[in-house]
Amino acid sequence: MAGSNSKKINITLKVWRQKSAKEAGQFMTYEMKEVSTDASFLEALDQLNEKLITKGEDPVTFDHDCREGICGTCGFMINGNAHGPQKSTTVCQLHMRTFSDGETLTIEPWRAQAFPVIKDLMVDRSAFDRIISSGGFVSVDTGNAQDANCLPVSKPEADAAFESAACIGCGACVASCKNASAMLFVSAKVSHLALLPQGQVERNERVDRMVAQMDEEGFGACSTTGACTAACPKDISLSNIAKLNRELLFSTLLRREAAEGDGV
Amino acid sequence: MSATIERPYLLTSVGKKMVMGITGLIWAGFVFSHMAGNMLILVSPEAYNTYGHMITSGVIVYPAEFILVLSFLLHVGCAVSLVRGNMSARGGQRYAMPTNGEKAVTPASKTMAIHGSLILAFIISHIATFKYGIYYETTAHGVVMRDLHRLVMEVFRQPGFLFWYLLCLILLGFHLSHGVGSIFQSLGIRNDRMAPVINKVSVLYGLIVALGFIVQPLYVFFTLGNR
Repeated sequence: MAGSNSKKINITLKVWRQKSAKEAGQFMTYEMKEVSTDASFLEALDQLNEKLITKGEDPVTFDHDCREGICGTCGFMINGNAHGPQKSTTVCQLHMRTFSDGETLTIEPWRAQAFPVIKDLMVDRSAFDRIISSGGFVSVDTGNAQDANCLPVSKPEADAAFESAACIGCGACVASCKNASAMLFVSAKVSHLALLPQGQVERNERVDRMVAQMDEEGFGACSTTGACTAACPKDISLSNIAKLNRELLFSTLLRREAAEGDGV
Repeated sequence: MSATIERPYLLTSVGKKMVMGITGLIWAGFVFSHMAGNMLILVSPEAYNTYGHMITSGVIVYPAEFILVLSFLLHVGCAVSLVRGNMSARGGQRYAMPTNGEKAVTPASKTMAIHGSLILAFIISHIATFKYGIYYETTAHGVVMRDLHRLVMEVFRQPGFLFWYLLCLILLGFHLSHGVGSIFQSLGIRNDRMAPVINKVSVLYGLIVALGFIVQPLYVFFTLGNR
């Protein structure tokens, strides 16, 4: 193609293969010849799988959906980096031009007690779903979409809420944290809804329930290392966790009073 | 739909970090004042002993010790509970490649439990050496008081003690360099604008406390021959 800087490179993939949660896994090495540098990482894995299927072998299982970096379905470790070495990028948006010819890449699933491996690179992230269903929603009837200027939300608040809402729930934060903590995920959801008027009704109950569910699922606590935010494909800030801590404290201190005052 | 889980604040991971933050703040303040006050060793034996006498003979010493011991126990207790939870959350599962890669985190932040444990051992041995150490007496300004200065001189004359103290004080500085900044995070007083400032202040605090303390045993060790 004219103007394309496409090259072909050879890559060695060491891929974690595990038949099921109960069976022990191991690394298998695959040589990939002539991979286009324009291919995304998932497309390179597709090519590997086509070859494996042709040979009658079991293809590598990995999660993926939109392949546009917005759904949060994909994700695994490449050489110890969640979603690979490129900052602010999901693995579906990572391209093979990031790597050099002859490189060996070690590919592993997210590892955490709360994220058991389903198969190969696919892990069970339903713990996140249970945290969301414990409180990460609004149940007030907000009606039809209103004119933007009718909503009492200032521009800075809207921006901050949007930045928190950018979390796609991929689990890279848990995977990268030495404590397998889900604080960045939970704090992004709590911050997002706490900043908006629609989220006020359940504000206190929400943070209580989501933190309790997070602990119940067996995620660790925050050591403020910042590994999560460095790995996050959406650059969710560590300040969200400070806000989570604040929200839970105020909820604990003020909840009863608010409930009585509201006559709920 | 599963039943809603309730958990008392202090038993949540967030609540325990709050306890770590508040007790850490108390101890961070204490070590700074301890370091600053003990600088009197550079002035004279009389000044040092009089300062020690003033602190230990006042009524403030009992509530202060109570708060410090309570904070210490809560800090260690919550740390043990958190570390156990963190280890079980990570499970036996290790990555084949180190997870930091290019997305680096500070060494101090990853190793708080390790230097924390050594500092725990240090504090116990330090109290045994000095607070419950040999009781010498001296008289300054007509008042009979404990001659702590003499004990300090004797202890830091020994290279083994000097080395152990230098090691532990460096680790204390390291612990503070991450801990002081984390206090703000755990207490929820941190935003993106202030985060870089808080991180710098934290490192500076650790550096000042460690260097301030280190000067004292080094001074004793290297000036004793001249006396």
